[in-house]
Amino acid sequence: MGNIPTKIYFRDPQIEMAHGAGGKASRRLIEGLFAPLLFDPPSGFLGDAAQVNVNGTRIAITTDSFVVTPLAFPGGSIGELAVNGTVNDLAVSGARAEAIVATYVLEAGLPTDVLEAEVRAMASAAQRARVAVAGGDTKVVEHGKADRIYITTTGIGRLIPEVVISPQSVRPGDKVLLSGPIGDHGVTILLARGDLDLEADLCSDTRSVFPLVESLARAAAPGIRWMRDPTRGGVATSLNELARDCGLGVLLFEEKIPVRDAVRGACELLGLDPLHIANEGQFLAVVAAEHAEAAWDAVRHAPGGESSAIIGEIRKTPARAVLAVTRYGGTRIVDMLVGDPLPRIC
Amino acid sequence: MKFIDEFREPELIMRTGAEIRRLADPSRHYRIMEVCGGHTFAIYRFGLKDLLPSNIELVHGPGCPVCVLPMGRIDDGLSIGERPGVIFTAFGDMMRVPGTHGSPLEYKARGLDIRIVYSPADALKLAQANPDKHVMFFAIGFETTAPSTALTLLRARACSVKNFSVFCNHVTIIPAIRAILDSPDMRIDAFIGPGHVSTVIGCRPYEWIARNEHKPIVVSGFEPLDVLQSVVLLLRQLKEGRSEVENQYKRVVPWEGNRAALGAMSEVFQLRPYFEWRGLGFISQSALRIREAFAEWDTEQRFSLPGVRVTDPKAAQCGEVLKGVLKPAQCKLFGRECTPEQPVGALMVSSEGSCAAYYNYEHRKAALVSPGV
Amino acid sequence: MCLAIPAKIIEVLPGTEQAAVVEVAGVRRKIGVGLIEEEQPKSGDWVLIHVGFALSKISEEQAQEQMEMLTLLGESHAALEEVRGYGLGEAEAAGVSLKSKDAPDRNR
Repeated sequence: MGNIPTKIYFRDPQIEMAHGAGGKASRRLIEGLFAPLLFDPPSGFLGDAAQVNVNGTRIAITTDSFVVTPLAFPGGSIGELAVNGTVNDLAVSGARAEAIVATYVLEAGLPTDVLEAEVRAMASAAQRARVAVAGGDTKVVEHGKADRIYITTTGIGRLIPEVVISPQSVRPGDKVLLSGPIGDHGVTILLARGDLDLEADLCSDTRSVFPLVESLARAAAPGIRWMRDPTRGGVATSLNELARDCGLGVLLFEEKIPVRDAVRGACELLGLDPLHIANEGQFLAVVAAEHAEAAWDAVRHAPGGESSAIIGEIRKTPARAVLAVTRYGGTRIVDMLVGDPLPRIC
Repeated sequence: MKFIDEFREPELIMRTGAEIRRLADPSRHYRIMEVCGGHTFAIYRFGLKDLLPSNIELVHGPGCPVCVLPMGRIDDGLSIGERPGVIFTAFGDMMRVPGTHGSPLEYKARGLDIRIVYSPADALKLAQANPDKHVMFFAIGFETTAPSTALTLLRARACSVKNFSVFCNHVTIIPAIRAILDSPDMRIDAFIGPGHVSTVIGCRPYEWIARNEHKPIVVSGFEPLDVLQSVVLLLRQLKEGRSEVENQYKRVVPWEGNRAALGAMSEVFQLRPYFEWRGLGFISQSALRIREAFAEWDTEQRFSLPGVRVTDPKAAQCGEVLKGVLKPAQCKLFGRECTPEQPVGALMVSSEGSCAAYYNYEHRKAALVSPGV
Repeated sequence: MCLAIPAKIIEVLPGTEQAAVVEVAGVRRKIGVGLIEEEQPKSGDWVLIHVGFALSKISEEQAQEQMEMLTLLGESHAALEEVRGYGLGEAEAAGVSLKSKDAPDRNR
């Protein structure tokens, strides 16, 4: 504040695709350019939602934009993602979504029935997630200036009083809980684009995770240290962010991580790691050891949580890194990717 | 998943690890090179080093076709992609490899029509579906991949597809192994041989390694049990003073190779007199070019390419790492100027390159307390 | 150069294209079988696929043998010693065939 212009730490001369992929490059952009200029204090914890104080009441607020090709895919479409994505960001910040507003940027030439389908999808997702769509905005840009539809949603929510999320509260010995199988969304999208010519019985896992978070909170609220929804960049990115934010290490038990057969098959074929693939209907939670059993019990007995699992634990080392270990004792560091995961043949 | 899960069975893996520890002579230091980038990747991905005793050192070899591609060739390929009406197609592995002015992915973000394909056949299909465009396929890979490119070119000719060409950067594995063995700093005791290349070329081409260079070589599969079993077989050979070619990957590798694949390759390709390998320099008879009979589908014969040679910065020690003389972390640029995000040298650009694999999976383990503690 | 996956042929396609549909853990793809035509691929065969082409058939018999060999490894050292006492070489006792008597197309 004051007259001295704030410094930025972002050195790249221009913005590249990698800066939006949710991995290392994205983090550099946010921490190096946006945070110093916009946030006060700039080095605060960057969670999925922010908390603001309005007349003594703490509310959570978050925003997200949705850019996806194709617009519709098995299991959902951009309309659903736009609602569930924001509801989930609030949920993993310990808040029940109360209302969202949506901005649509539309490309001239977009057929009306495509737009109608997405708005219907948004309406029905909002109904399922029990969140009100309170308003929105629309802009139309020239053909070629937007990829059919971009949607941005902003949501506000009421914090669950007993849940306090803070990476600083994470301790060695805490357990890492995952709500369900990973990789479904990202692989579905990849296959839906059609260039790889693979067919599988897969669909996006897009859904509101709030009911599961609520079950978790009811059973183990005082033990919840941290939560995140592993969207773009996958579980690997979320856990690396955790490791960096709390300064500890995350140990992952490879065989405990739930992955559907078809996701595994597609990943083996394409040379991808499910840990790097986006999810739209899952969450991670770090729970204190003494609450972990009750936490997992609650989630896996809740509808939609049947495949949840304790997939790892917090350790002192390797500090600020994620290490996966197999049943036979083989270890590997699981890092964030730079950009999106790409299929490989080598 | 059949033929995968059985070879990842934890109990068997631990037993094979125990056998390795039993066989390894504590008074010896073993240096075993795995030639193929796929093995490098498997070793890191499955954490196999954790199962080996400290006196067995795995040295990463030059079998990464993306890593050894000179930057000038990428520039050449991208120069075709820049022409109006061209669709540039390549495997995902190529997308982040930097040319002088950016990688294919960066060119794509700037508006060029650049697409990932899983198979050269997909590139040909794309050409058939887009008759008003020219589809160029950037072909890379060793003998594992070359036959598929060959079949695709045969099909392009059979179907008279006029708007398709292949930019051929296929290289062959034996000259790369020879370059390792000819290197004066070479101190490799034995080799883990490339399993998938061998499904095409068979096991005979390695006989000179055993007979003339007196080094054991075991042609290996890629699952944890395959690699570990290959180490067992190598240790037994070393213990007994033998040097032979063994086929560990019998369920898939025929000793005589794949006749049809070799036939397709020789019909479509011929050896270049020499080719530049990034990090290793010019090697004779080490790469394939498309024969005259298929000139119509050869990017190099249809278009004129800049053909500018781009050399790596002197500080990059890729050659020494490729030959196994230096470990990735010993290169002065490793982890500083040269990271997967900003690769300076060849071995950082591909996820199976030794430096990238080491960086992504290993190097922060240095200060590690064992997970069992 | 090395990512190749075992997949099962679920349908060989008719016509001159030399193609088949394979399945891996429920994921299906059309692939080229031109490189293994001589092995007469048929539905139910397992093949190794790389960049959309089958490179080789997978021998279940060989895979089975390999698993047996691996299972025998690490049988108590004492058991091996005992067998050695019968005059058999260690290799044979462990069931490892270094100079294999196996199917001719897989070995020298």
